[in-house]
Amino acid sequence: MDYDKLLAKRAVDMKPSGIRRFFDLVSEIPDCISLGVGEPDFKTPWDIRDSAIHALELGKTQYTTNPGLLELRQELHKYLLRKYNLDYDVEQMIVTVGASEGIDMFFRTVVEPGDEIIIPDPGYVTYAPTAAFSGAKVVTVQAKEENDFRLKAEDIKAAITDKTKAILLSYPNNPTGAVLSHEDMVAIADVLRDTNILVISDEIYAELVYGDHQFESFASLPGMKERTIVLNGFSKAFSMTGWRLGYVLGPSRLIEVMLKVHQNCVMAAPTISQYAAITALRDCDDDVEEMRKQYDLRRQYCVRKLNEMGLNTFEPKGAFYVFPNISSLGMSSDEFCEKLLTEQKVAIIPGTAFGESGEGFARISYAYSIEHLREAMKRIAQFIEDHKGE
Amino acid sequence: MDEMKLLDLLVQNPRESITDLAEILGESQESVQQAKKSLEDKKIICGYHTMVNWDKTNIDHVDAIIGVSAKPERGSGYDKIATRIAKFPEVSSLFLMSGNSEFLVNVNGKTMREVADFVGEKLAPIEGVAATVTMFVLKKYKVNGVTMDMASDGEDERMPVSA
Repeated sequence: MDYDKLLAKRAVDMKPSGIRRFFDLVSEIPDCISLGVGEPDFKTPWDIRDSAIHALELGKTQYTTNPGLLELRQELHKYLLRKYNLDYDVEQMIVTVGASEGIDMFFRTVVEPGDEIIIPDPGYVTYAPTAAFSGAKVVTVQAKEENDFRLKAEDIKAAITDKTKAILLSYPNNPTGAVLSHEDMVAIADVLRDTNILVISDEIYAELVYGDHQFESFASLPGMKERTIVLNGFSKAFSMTGWRLGYVLGPSRLIEVMLKVHQNCVMAAPTISQYAAITALRDCDDDVEEMRKQYDLRRQYCVRKLNEMGLNTFEPKGAFYVFPNISSLGMSSDEFCEKLLTEQKVAIIPGTAFGESGEGFARISYAYSIEHLREAMKRIAQFIEDHKGE
Repeated sequence: MDEMKLLDLLVQNPRESITDLAEILGESQESVQQAKKSLEDKKIICGYHTMVNWDKTNIDHVDAIIGVSAKPERGSGYDKIATRIAKFPEVSSLFLMSGNSEFLVNVNGKTMREVADFVGEKLAPIEGVAATVTMFVLKKYKVNGVTMDMASDGEDERMPVSA
């Protein structure tokens, strides 16, 4: 068989993830300690797991309706109103297989060949490949360190052409941990207000914000709901990564067409996960707050230690990542991370895995116990000591 | 410094050293030491205990939970009788309860006989105690939030690197 003749070019050409390459390297070093994960270290709160067990006992093993259990969407309606002052009715929601499906489904629903999608750089690894896969031309806008990695309205404005179909916002941000201020969002809204451009706002880390920062959904800004698709899910807030459950919210006409894509591609999100998610939304505020508090302690610890060892690290207000500037050692991100891995056996992710603008930075996840973080920080400090002034 | 943050850490691990606590919180050792002492002085922290699974030792150990019905006294309510019960070293905890009996008393002893003797000869005769119901602990599954000898959540099974 000549498989290469059979494979679709756009699939073969899909950019391999920089993280994947690093994963292979890490796998060869069994006793390394990792700060490389993009998922919570906490297990799913027991109440949620218990609900899933109960749903199994009751034999809830069939498909649900395509947009998801009505009871879940009703609960979601209340939750969104209570948490983010977002008012979506149950017809404007689709429960998805993780927020990942929402990203893919959005692009497939709106992109015509040649359409431009504006994506922040650095940004989450799947945005650009999935946008490109759907035929979009990916236009990146740099989120700069000098702006604490906030995307600026003027930079977005400069990237807009008559081909621009949508802008992707992703705050709190993976990999930088950055958040947008109210003023940033208002400025972006002002740029978009009289255009026919969509916003896809990935708000998966909405529950994980720290210090004085209050999360605000882009869709809650005056006039923005009509052009915004909100992506969110259960993975990060409720430590439910393996349950594969997210949701999209949006204007009725868009949701109506997205639902066709969803029903033809995946039918419906996993039933047991949906039953568990009802409990998550209804009963787990305290669990989420407890996890958030733990992350916050670790966040402050990591930022302090990294700055103390001479890596310029801005204080992230969201997600569970810090994004230190590692350029002072005169190594590229790749070189820094590979050497750190081989010499000190600590795995962190080169910033370049998240886009060209990640050069000079590395992503450190603090979704680990404080003991684990302390050992890792000790090793990173030793590494910096060993290479200072080279 | 934020004493509640320190308290949180000590609840998770009372054995954390001052050096380590200072390192985690980004505070000087002196101020952590001071804050810890202040929590102790204010009796917010009332003690640090070692949790033992006695079943794994060859030391005889029996726990009982005893419901004690009692009548309050004019002027002092339940406090006087509670003080009398609490004085016994056999009593490890004592609570005033809502529900069927007024007090719940945790009693430790070496043998069931010893506990029974304590109830019959010391606890029940206390003035004001009307009745006792003794329940012996057969097996401990979870104590103070810690599971004993039970299947618990596995270790970190996440992939070492993910997006």
